[in-house]
Amino acid sequence: MSKSPLPGRPETVYYFPTCLVDLFYPEAGMAGIELLQRAGTNVVMPDRQSCCGQPARNCGYYEEARAVARTQLAAFPKDWPIVVPSGSCAGMMKKHYPELFAGQPELPKIQAFCDRVFELTWFLVHVMDIKLVDKGEPVKVTWHGSCHSMREMGVIEEPKDLLRSLANVTLVEAEYEKECCGFGGTFSVRLPEVSGAMVTDKVSNIVATGATEVVSGDMGCMMNISGAMKKAKAPVKGRHIAEFLLERIGKGDA
Amino acid sequence: MAQISHDFEHAAIKALGNKQLRTNFRRVMTGLINKRAALFPDPDELQALRARGAAIKDRALAKLPDLLVQLEQNLIANGFHVHWAESVDEGNKIILDILRKANARTIIKGKSMVSEEMHFNHFLEENGVQALESDLGEYIIQLAGEGPSHIVMPAIHKNKDEIGRLFQEKIAGQPYTEDPDELTDAARRVLRQLFANADCGFSGVNFAAADTGSLVLMSNEGNGRMSTHLPSMHIALMGVEKVIERLEDVAPLISLACRSATGQAITTYVNIISGPRRGNEKDGPKEVHLVLLDNGRTKIYNDPELRQGLRCIRCAACMNHCPVYTRIGGHAYQYTYPGPIGEILNPQMQGIEKAGDVLHASSLCGRCSEVCPVKIPLAELIVRLRREAIRPAGTAVKGGGSRNSSVENVVWFGWKTMYASPLLYRWGTWWLRKIGNLLPSGIPLLKQWTSVRSKPQFASRSIYDLARERGIRDE
Repeated sequence: MSKSPLPGRPETVYYFPTCLVDLFYPEAGMAGIELLQRAGTNVVMPDRQSCCGQPARNCGYYEEARAVARTQLAAFPKDWPIVVPSGSCAGMMKKHYPELFAGQPELPKIQAFCDRVFELTWFLVHVMDIKLVDKGEPVKVTWHGSCHSMREMGVIEEPKDLLRSLANVTLVEAEYEKECCGFGGTFSVRLPEVSGAMVTDKVSNIVATGATEVVSGDMGCMMNISGAMKKAKAPVKGRHIAEFLLERIGKGDA
Repeated sequence: MAQISHDFEHAAIKALGNKQLRTNFRRVMTGLINKRAALFPDPDELQALRARGAAIKDRALAKLPDLLVQLEQNLIANGFHVHWAESVDEGNKIILDILRKANARTIIKGKSMVSEEMHFNHFLEENGVQALESDLGEYIIQLAGEGPSHIVMPAIHKNKDEIGRLFQEKIAGQPYTEDPDELTDAARRVLRQLFANADCGFSGVNFAAADTGSLVLMSNEGNGRMSTHLPSMHIALMGVEKVIERLEDVAPLISLACRSATGQAITTYVNIISGPRRGNEKDGPKEVHLVLLDNGRTKIYNDPELRQGLRCIRCAACMNHCPVYTRIGGHAYQYTYPGPIGEILNPQMQGIEKAGDVLHASSLCGRCSEVCPVKIPLAELIVRLRREAIRPAGTAVKGGGSRNSSVENVVWFGWKTMYASPLLYRWGTWWLRKIGNLLPSGIPLLKQWTSVRSKPQFASRSIYDLARERGIRDE
């Protein structure tokens, strides 16, 4: 994923649940915390954090994005890894903060911060070396990889490997799996017709797999896909991969 | 507040409604994506070649002013006539003058996107010169009175039955057929006549090598070679960014361009044109002209970040892989270049006030940047231009600041105020949780969202509250 040094299994990690998870899907965020704990690390979630700033940055509002990014910088003072259950928000912090702060006095500090940012599934696989024991019934699922997770964070096979490691889970690939779902943050409301066409296609491809569930590592995509599946009354459930994995290994089980 | 036109959006919506167009584009783009992937089986080789391609173009761009001087000198030494045009109008005028001097009334054209930039055919027609396209795709759209919808395959939006009807209507004595071979034969019969009789041949340029003073032209149909060799005069047209330092730089660029564009190892024809016929040679044009067009390229060049866009070798991989382009096709983009590269070039060439709409034709999925053979960070440049559209960093981009909207400024100011303050964030999200689910679906933003999706439900509790309750520390 990155050139930053791979941390050893840390005693403690920071958690950045993202604003979207806080507002709409807190249980998905909590599942990520429990997975990290079960993999053997303490989790600290500072409540002085808010949003990575991506919406403003993507629209060209750099000054506003920087102001919000500075709040995040202040919220994670210790040098622990910062784990994010979203490839997109992680990508914003890791890949775009340096460009956002180009020419700003705090740039050196920013680089150190960026090096500490990790996407959840990547961190579980490569740093925590998590082992999952499937306790669930046989189920067929499909995966949606977020664009930023794949293309900014280089997280492609890790979440799918986690799904494949579950004995009773059959992972099926949807056609055009790696194509954008049409969310794109403000794109979905700025160009709603095109975004709508994209998510409608995405849902058809998911339904065609015959999977009963679609999982993703990004709730932005999931809000889009699940919303479209619900509106179309598609017989598929959408969830964050952390929630799905936790259910498979038994939530609350030690 | 700036006047914002929504031409792009209207055209996109119209295109989305055209089922056949969507099916055509999806099928063809998927085919191209697969063909490209098959020709880059080794990811390490692909990355090494991309790095090499980008480095060649960067090296050339770094020395661009010097290379252009060198190119001109070597072209002149090879017997070319060289002309410089700053604007589209100047370019058209220069070419018209050349044609008039030679008393040329018909020209036969190979494919040239720069000539599309100049609305060249239309200009010539107004001035009594007939310009005929010889690339099959270009020939088809010229008959149909349309512009290209793709920079490599200009008629890709047309079905074979549409082409069959078009040929039946426009080519004398041509019966209706859907057979691609018969259709190609019909076009060939017409074009052969034109190649033999046209007063002047015309072509674009893929690469111009400064060290040898030669023009490199890739083509699959042979029309490029016939347009440039059969008529007694040849006029070539290129953007100034097409110059490269050495002829030997061409090989990796051709490999990248062909594999990225059509999934071919190499095009059927690669022409290296090094001047008019010499001495007692029996063929080739007697007179060769090269027109170099700026049309905003120097302005792009002067900004080190935006300059990366000038690496483009026009392979179209960015549009082939673009989920937006795939759904709306090329015409919706309104100006010469469609897809992600068009989102970069059109606003800079036309001005953001005029062509800035397309800056929002991207979900920033990053697939364009991922496949670009010369590593243009297209998604990053789109964001850069979105910045320029609202708050220009200088005078880098034409029409910078023209999309600044007081309404959006207020929205983002409010957003920043709430999200930059942990206290206001907690307070604001508390209210959103209280009232968010009561908001009617008809209000702006939710209305757009719920057109194909259900309304998202705000959670009753914050993750921060849940976490404290479950013993997660906050420091």
